[in-house]
Amino acid sequence: MGEMEELRKEADNLKDQITEARKVVQDTTLQEAVAGTTLVGRVQLKTRKTLRGHLAKIYAMHWGTDTKLCVSASQDGKLIVWDTLTTNKVNAIPLKSSWVMTCAYAPSGNMVACGGLDNMCSIYNLKGKDGNVKVMRELAAHTGYLSCCRFLSDSEIITSSGDCTCILWDIETGTEKTIFAGHLGDCMSLAVSPDFKMFISGACDFTAKLWDIREATCRQTFSGHESDINAIGFFPNGNAVITGSDDATCKLYDLRADQELITYQDSGIMCGVTSLAPSLSGRLLLAGYDDFNVNIWDMLKAERVGVLAGHDNRVSCIGVSSDGMACCTGSWDSFLKIWN
Amino acid sequence: MSNNSANSSNLVIAQKVVKQLRLEASVRRIKVSQAAADLKTFCLQNAHKDPLLMGVPSSDNPFRPPKSCALF
Repeated sequence: MGEMEELRKEADNLKDQITEARKVVQDTTLQEAVAGTTLVGRVQLKTRKTLRGHLAKIYAMHWGTDTKLCVSASQDGKLIVWDTLTTNKVNAIPLKSSWVMTCAYAPSGNMVACGGLDNMCSIYNLKGKDGNVKVMRELAAHTGYLSCCRFLSDSEIITSSGDCTCILWDIETGTEKTIFAGHLGDCMSLAVSPDFKMFISGACDFTAKLWDIREATCRQTFSGHESDINAIGFFPNGNAVITGSDDATCKLYDLRADQELITYQDSGIMCGVTSLAPSLSGRLLLAGYDDFNVNIWDMLKAERVGVLAGHDNRVSCIGVSSDGMACCTGSWDSFLKIWN
Repeated sequence: MSNNSANSSNLVIAQKVVKQLRLEASVRRIKVSQAAADLKTFCLQNAHKDPLLMGVPSSDNPFRPPKSCALF
């Protein structure tokens, strides 16, 4: 058909245009720009707390904004809210479906959410009148597993799914406000920008996409990875995105230059990246790998400056508290560890 | 017929792909030198308040119980 062929040609032309436009602004590389910057000294963090209580693999964790509490999800069918300073369990929430893959803490501290192979995002109210934690909403519309969820506020949450879409939900009404479609593979992870106006998603189509939440559009698409992107996060100033992939590398993409700036890789690392988190200043990138370790990278110089070895199985999730004071790792060995 | 409807839905998909690519092509890009400089500046300016980077003295570490005083 004539029109299909024309559209295909136009698409190819536009892709070439984008490649060219990115080259035009590539007047240097990040490596050259930081040639005079000293490498960060060896970073040695110690385990300060071990959170014991889950009876099966931990799949996800998320710090609360108060910097002391965090929530974790395990396939033992529980969500546990921990006081990381005392290691006490503030809440142990039994889940309807034990096949949980993600959890999130609302910025207000009033709610937590989780989801997984049940294709739903369940919202729990932590501050119910009688002190019991109950399911507040079950957000159902995805036709694939829930891989990640993040609250924008007590009334809105964004989810990513194995059905290749992300959804912005109205928690009050339990309905979909916006469906973000465009990825050609399972969406594995999402992160919200510091100003809450955008979010990024990483998928099994090897790309990361930047979405404008209110305009409901995909602004930019970043390629380069050679396998599924499992983890994604914003650089603290919101101007760059970090991705972690099954191709054993992490990449830094700058949003304003619209391109990859650097790849974090080492010939000695041959296993996938499962999770990542930047330190407060963005200088350190902490990334969890399938080989049970967390590697700490100097984000500017792209060299490894430390290792966190302490888990007896895959590190599945990692997070840095909002005051930057500690890093929490969660593992398939059923433990969470707090490091600094 | 079913072949026509499959063709027209492929056409709609192709039109959407082109529309999206036009949007992404129109992004205003800054130079990598400026992007890199801004990242470097942010890191260096905030380094002193990054606990994991600077290290946390045990007296200020909420995750570490204070040790008893030892005089050397």
